[in-house]
Amino acid sequence: MLDKAVIERLEKIVGEKNVLTKKADLISYSYDATADTQTEMPDVVVLPATTEEVVQIVKLANETSTPIYPRGSGTNLSGGTIPLKKGIVLGVQRMDKILEVDADNLTATVQAGVIVADLNSAVAAHGLIYPPDPGTVATATMAGTVAECAGGLRGLKYGVTKHYVMGMQVVLPNGDLVKFGGKTVKNVTAYDFAALFVGSEGTLGMVTEITAKLIPAPKFRKTMLALYKNLADAGNTVQGIIKAHVIPATLEIMDAKTMETVENYAKVGLPTGYAALLLIEVDGMAKDAVDAEAAAVVEVVKKNSGELRVAETDTERDKLWAARRAALPALAQLSPTTVLEDATVPRSRLTDMLMEIQKIGEKYQLNIGTFGHAGDGNLHPTILADAKNKEEMERVHRAVDEIFAAALSMGGTLSGEHGIGIAKMAYLKDELGQSGLDMMRTIKNAFDPKGIMNPGKMVPAKEV
Amino acid sequence: MSTATELNEETIYDEFKLIEKELEQCMRCGNCMAVCPVFITEKTEAGVARGKIALAQAIIDGKLDIDDPDMYEHIFNCLVCKSCMQNCPPKVNLDKIIFALRAAIVKKKGLHPVKKNIFKLLHNYKPLFDLGMRAGGAFQGLFMKQIPSGQGRQLRFPVGILDRKRVLPELSATPFRSQAPEKVTVKNPKATVAFFTGCSINYIYPQFGKDIVTVLKKNDVNVVIPRDQHCCGVAVFAHGDVKTAREMAKANLDALDKTNADYVIFGCGSCASTLSHEYKEMLKGDAAYADKVEKWSGKSIEISTFLMKKIDFRKPEGEVNATVTYHDSCHLKKTMKVFSEPREIIKSIPGVTFREMSKPDACCGSGGTYNLTHYDTSTGILKRKIEDINKTKADMAVTACPGCLIQIIDGIEQFGKGQKGTHYISLLAESYRKEKKDGKKE
Repeated sequence: MLDKAVIERLEKIVGEKNVLTKKADLISYSYDATADTQTEMPDVVVLPATTEEVVQIVKLANETSTPIYPRGSGTNLSGGTIPLKKGIVLGVQRMDKILEVDADNLTATVQAGVIVADLNSAVAAHGLIYPPDPGTVATATMAGTVAECAGGLRGLKYGVTKHYVMGMQVVLPNGDLVKFGGKTVKNVTAYDFAALFVGSEGTLGMVTEITAKLIPAPKFRKTMLALYKNLADAGNTVQGIIKAHVIPATLEIMDAKTMETVENYAKVGLPTGYAALLLIEVDGMAKDAVDAEAAAVVEVVKKNSGELRVAETDTERDKLWAARRAALPALAQLSPTTVLEDATVPRSRLTDMLMEIQKIGEKYQLNIGTFGHAGDGNLHPTILADAKNKEEMERVHRAVDEIFAAALSMGGTLSGEHGIGIAKMAYLKDELGQSGLDMMRTIKNAFDPKGIMNPGKMVPAKEV
Repeated sequence: MSTATELNEETIYDEFKLIEKELEQCMRCGNCMAVCPVFITEKTEAGVARGKIALAQAIIDGKLDIDDPDMYEHIFNCLVCKSCMQNCPPKVNLDKIIFALRAAIVKKKGLHPVKKNIFKLLHNYKPLFDLGMRAGGAFQGLFMKQIPSGQGRQLRFPVGILDRKRVLPELSATPFRSQAPEKVTVKNPKATVAFFTGCSINYIYPQFGKDIVTVLKKNDVNVVIPRDQHCCGVAVFAHGDVKTAREMAKANLDALDKTNADYVIFGCGSCASTLSHEYKEMLKGDAAYADKVEKWSGKSIEISTFLMKKIDFRKPEGEVNATVTYHDSCHLKKTMKVFSEPREIIKSIPGVTFREMSKPDACCGSGGTYNLTHYDTSTGILKRKIEDINKTKADMAVTACPGCLIQIIDGIEQFGKGQKGTHYISLLAESYRKEKKDGKKE
């Protein structure tokens, strides 16, 4: 339990009503969106509204060696916000001001708790977009997506969060406020600090303000859906499109299990008897260029025996997208526990990885639907299970072990976009090796010698 | 279990633990945060569906007592607008979870004192409630002043829990059902409908009742207004008094069963969804009423559905010059899935310019008695709604639910631009009535 004096000081900083200590409130900050992981109640939840308040809170935590857990909307899938060692949950959802949209410099400066979709609504008036597009755009905060380096559906062409952070304000674990980067396209002053903090999962400091890069919204787009009887044909289409030098904005895949589930759930008119589908969208600023790219895609699809549906109107586009949007909801409805992984391989190994996942599912007699960002080699094997069935969960864990091993053996990575958090910490050494782990610990210790900033996440404790 | 003796099977409202299956469906994705009006206003996790589900689970797991002092507050801090349910990947029925939690809490702790008094009047002392509302109608001027726009009244001095800023509707001196005939017959009826008025039309907006009868007459429909109909019961059900709600449901079904109406029609999204959807839920396991529920729930439709889908309603010809925006009642859109019909009717009126507001189906913050017990949050929600209405530059905000209308009129007075608030059916009635003056028909 935290000292009563600490609570009182927190109340002085942010006001009584923004300090939550009642049991019912603490229970509601004991989890995030991660399935099959631990939960723990914090001692207190603090909801600041300004960077200055965050500075004071972190200073207090540092002085009293109290663990601090930065939290956005708690939508991450790696257990990154769970207050494992009790202490203070520092929620940024009240820090929701868009401070500036600078259309001349193509930047926006926002407080940590701005919702990604709200930023996009605000910049749409200028004909601009903030491209990172994780499935949680409507709920996730800017600081949360920066801390997790969220990816999403437009990664192949437009990149992920790390490509759109130009500057930041960060409160370090000792309470120092640092500012770096800004509105200039070029900036090589000192280390690339943004690269260090993006994806640091709240283990190095508390992001309070972000200057984000914006781009003009594409004016034209063409959406296509291709159906395949054979999984390899779908994989070859993905390769073929890139070889034809077309970089689609969206290049998504769905396996047979997912298609069948989606059709049962959403009745979007997907036929049965196919092994996979691809959802392909090309976009751009000029109609001719978009049409030419679409024509190239059509050719590749046909060459690989795909059956094609092309959207001519927005309504038709919505119909094609409906299947992809329903993928996770449909799978999630089948069972109480949905374990969603994000192992990622080089694009050229996509088909191998899909087949490997199927094999692992059969080996452990598990229900696995796979969909994902084919163009990024980023798959979402979704294991449908019941956390109450201990024996089944044991098989789930073994299957997850093998999925990670398979991804690494193909030159891939443990996590394309969900992060390490608690969930994948044990596998870190398999990808980074001992020297990699040591480097991480060195960085962590340099920033956070007391180990108060999101302890128990991403950086494994040193083996004794 | 107090009511189990009358039931053939135990329900989630009698045995709370049965709700666990529903809780397990939640995948904690947090999509509910994007649409929950309470969360958007308060920004704390216990305010949103995901948080409430975690609390319910904590009670079942024995980590939290149902009579934990904060539980009461959290569980009643929900409008049951069902917005989260529209945005929920695994389709968790949060309404059932909230109702079951409230039933369990009320069983243990009793009703909120304010609601207790209101519901007592609604329940045992129907004539007294009636008298109370009528007396209120006659004496309201003593403690409430009429506001300049004439759309309602404000308190002259603070009364209990009511905020002085709040604009409350005028109470009618004579309830609608005391003014209207029990039966209205036409020459060549296309159908016979029973008109379930609900409390708001009966006591607060009798004009809407008259407008509904006008519209039905103009469409050659016989109307029965059962005298022994009651409050629909949704308010008491939603606040955990399941026993009273069940009695009200049965009384209404008995009243309707005496008519031989083809349909039951409503001018209130909440009453409509209660009879069409919630009665099945309230009376689950009550074999004696199974047939009546089946029969009358199936016949219960909001008036726009009747006009558009059951008869081909006569297009009005009288001109009504207004720029109109339409607010979706949560119960009508999210429970009954009725949203295009009222819009089609509005657009069919000559002279009307229709302007869609942004997020027309975002909750207005009324939630029955939520705006009495949680006025600050309710007002925060309402403010966003009125700002969306303002942006349309419409001079009229219409809806299909008198409950929403009370709230929206309060909001217009505080944050609006003097728009007029009314029921969409009144616009249609006005257009029909103008035909006479214009000499187009009849």
